[in-house]
Amino acid sequence: MSQSETDQPKRLSVGPFNRVEGDLDIKLEIAAGAVTSARVNSTLYRGFEQILIGKPAMDALVYTPRICGICSVSQSVACARALADASGVAMSPNGALSQNLLLANESLTDLLTHFYLFFMPDFARTVYQRESWFEPVERRFKAVKGQATREVLPARAGFLHLMGLMAGHWPHTLAIQPGGTSKPVTKQEKIRLLAILAEFRRFLEHVLFDDDLEVISALSTLEQLRAWQHQKDWQQGDLRRFLHLSDALGLDQLGQATDRYLSVGNFPLKEDARLLPAGVWTPQGTQPFDVSLITEDISFSWMDGVDNQPLHPQQGQTEVSLRSSEKPEAYSWCKAPRLAGSVVETGALARALVGGNPLLAELVTQYGGSVTARVLGRLLELASLVPQMQLWAKSLQPDQPFCDHLDLHSQLDGEGVGLIEAARGSLGHWVRIKNGKISHYQIVAPTTWNFSPRDQHGVPGALEQGLEGAPVQEGEKDPVAVQHIVRSFDPCMVCTVH
Amino acid sequence: MVNLLWLQSGGCGGCTMSLLNAEGPDLVSLLENAGIHLLWHPSLSEETGADVVQLLEQILSDEISLDLLCIEGSMLRGPEGTGRFHLLGGTDIPMIEWVSRLSEKAGYTLAIGSCAAFGGISSASDNVTDATGVQFEGELRGGLLGGDYQSRNGMPVINVSGCPTHPDWVTETLLSLVLDTPSEDDFDDFFRPRLYADQLVHHGCTRNEYYEYKASAELPGELGCMMEHMGCLGTQAHADCNSRPWNGNGSCTRGGYACINCTAPEFEEPRHSFVETPKIAGIPVGLPTDMPKAWFVALASLSKAATPDRLRHNARSENLIYPPTLHKKNHK
Repeated sequence: MSQSETDQPKRLSVGPFNRVEGDLDIKLEIAAGAVTSARVNSTLYRGFEQILIGKPAMDALVYTPRICGICSVSQSVACARALADASGVAMSPNGALSQNLLLANESLTDLLTHFYLFFMPDFARTVYQRESWFEPVERRFKAVKGQATREVLPARAGFLHLMGLMAGHWPHTLAIQPGGTSKPVTKQEKIRLLAILAEFRRFLEHVLFDDDLEVISALSTLEQLRAWQHQKDWQQGDLRRFLHLSDALGLDQLGQATDRYLSVGNFPLKEDARLLPAGVWTPQGTQPFDVSLITEDISFSWMDGVDNQPLHPQQGQTEVSLRSSEKPEAYSWCKAPRLAGSVVETGALARALVGGNPLLAELVTQYGGSVTARVLGRLLELASLVPQMQLWAKSLQPDQPFCDHLDLHSQLDGEGVGLIEAARGSLGHWVRIKNGKISHYQIVAPTTWNFSPRDQHGVPGALEQGLEGAPVQEGEKDPVAVQHIVRSFDPCMVCTVH
Repeated sequence: MVNLLWLQSGGCGGCTMSLLNAEGPDLVSLLENAGIHLLWHPSLSEETGADVVQLLEQILSDEISLDLLCIEGSMLRGPEGTGRFHLLGGTDIPMIEWVSRLSEKAGYTLAIGSCAAFGGISSASDNVTDATGVQFEGELRGGLLGGDYQSRNGMPVINVSGCPTHPDWVTETLLSLVLDTPSEDDFDDFFRPRLYADQLVHHGCTRNEYYEYKASAELPGELGCMMEHMGCLGTQAHADCNSRPWNGNGSCTRGGYACINCTAPEFEEPRHSFVETPKIAGIPVGLPTDMPKAWFVALASLSKAATPDRLRHNARSENLIYPPTLHKKNHK
């Protein structure tokens, strides 16, 4: 093939894009062996923001978890916070600890599921069969058949026994209330919780990290990480396996997006303190987060409304029709959220950066955001949050209340916002209530931020930017580098549009 | 080897997430032990993009046999019949069309979860997406495929309903199709497997003693029965949630909140708040299954009068105030 032929821009449509939660379609333009432009299409519209209108306020706690089967508790907590904000109800200390435990249980389950079931199987693809590391990696991580799946599924299910005990079941609990939870934990159940957490910790320390969680959490420079990595053979623990693949394939150079990271903060502690702070991180420093600067733009979304006029979610609208599905420039059901007009990336990496993690700050400052940084952000969060969960469980006081009550069934008027960090990043619910009924509901989910389409100025979303420059080998129909980058964001497509 | 294809559309993916909670054995081992081969599952399989489209086309051209077709999520017919609320990624073809064509090839077609079975949450309120179940629209037979549809093995769509489904409901239904010869008698009028739908959520409810004496909770977290005030439908809901608990030992009622009858068609629109019991003249509108109203009223007022203090007080508390009295042998 002549040079001019290979330089011809090519279009490629990748989908159905799987091992993400939900369905996804990506249109790529490719020239000279690299992606030059990407358009990310969130293919599914269900209309929760429309379904909720007119419903009794407390019934939002039935509908909103069902936005998403993988971030169900996160949706519940965001909804409960919005209702609490609108009604002025406070949370009991036990209620706050219980919600933290439930949210952490779901988030860490998701981080684990992502790493083992969604992300790592791509390294067992035949495209890598000539690599020196291929055989053991295929044996361990091959989709469905790999030995890791059989170790992870029971550990995951055992960890989720916390949900059975504290929330009835997962997904889709109604236990999470504006004032706490509906499940008081007895002394016996508290003992059981500690046993569940200790067993999950054992799994992480033996299988994922091959080391104590404290040792992993104490790694604070790239040099320390390298030294730890090379203490043992690369096949000792799944973190070393990942770092080995990252080195071999240059995953720390792949998938840089906007390098502006948002966390809205998470896990309330006593008073107004939170375990994880809110803020916006760039390599130049951390700025405060201002919720009033969020807008959603529908210029490239299959939505009715006024293009070029982004709205704050408290004013936002969601209207769809046959006409909107034929909007000429539009290519996704997803709106385009912006913070002060800018694209931001959100997720575990953002939480770590805003929270001041020195290792990840060094990695991103040196090489830019990357597949490696995102995956490492998740694994380090697993290491740091499990000990925190053990402390929270020990602090539960079985003889004290778990829920503060307020009569939300009455003719309440009010508006509120619930902002939390789900596994995949910043999640916001905005509600307005009139006469006890919902008159307005808007949701901005983590993957709405990360997989946003272009805005009125034509600026691509975070993933769209992260895909530009991704290498594409001749003849690749579903380029493997594109797959690593997309899955490094751990998208949840059902949340994205909702 | 039995081939299984799993597709998701207008739902939340929660039935898959729940399925991954299968224990003793885990899901992958269970399928392998039963000789079920996953042709493709959106959350688990390696194949993506072009490989998946090729697989679907091979099924349609009979190059690959499709034995079990599992559909999760509602079928979105809107806007205005175009199906554009979900075009399967990479294909620009509505998911409802893929499901219609693939169902003609399937040995058995299963609707997993209440969305796929009856329309579910996605069809709530004004049903903006024109969501329906695969072969039911709410309580009515029809749905996407029509009331007359039968899969290759001569069965209507099997509705493993629930929001979400218990992992065992799905795995045991799959196993029953592979290891047994199912007949229509194994399913109820909504074509739900009787292996879980012949039970009521009330069976095995840990609040049964409170129910017996109508010692009722009024606020989330209180220990009493939730039927009288808090909207609990456990005495009417067809499922075995309390005799076969979730995530270890959980269930909705054990979690301190009402059963919302999520295995039933149209549960998503109760026409009143989910968490308040509608009443006429102080008597709950929905009576326990098969209970004559006059008897319910008579027994309820009798048992209320007989409620032991222990239950009356515990019912309105988050903690057990009074444990049951010890009966000691009368040693002298």
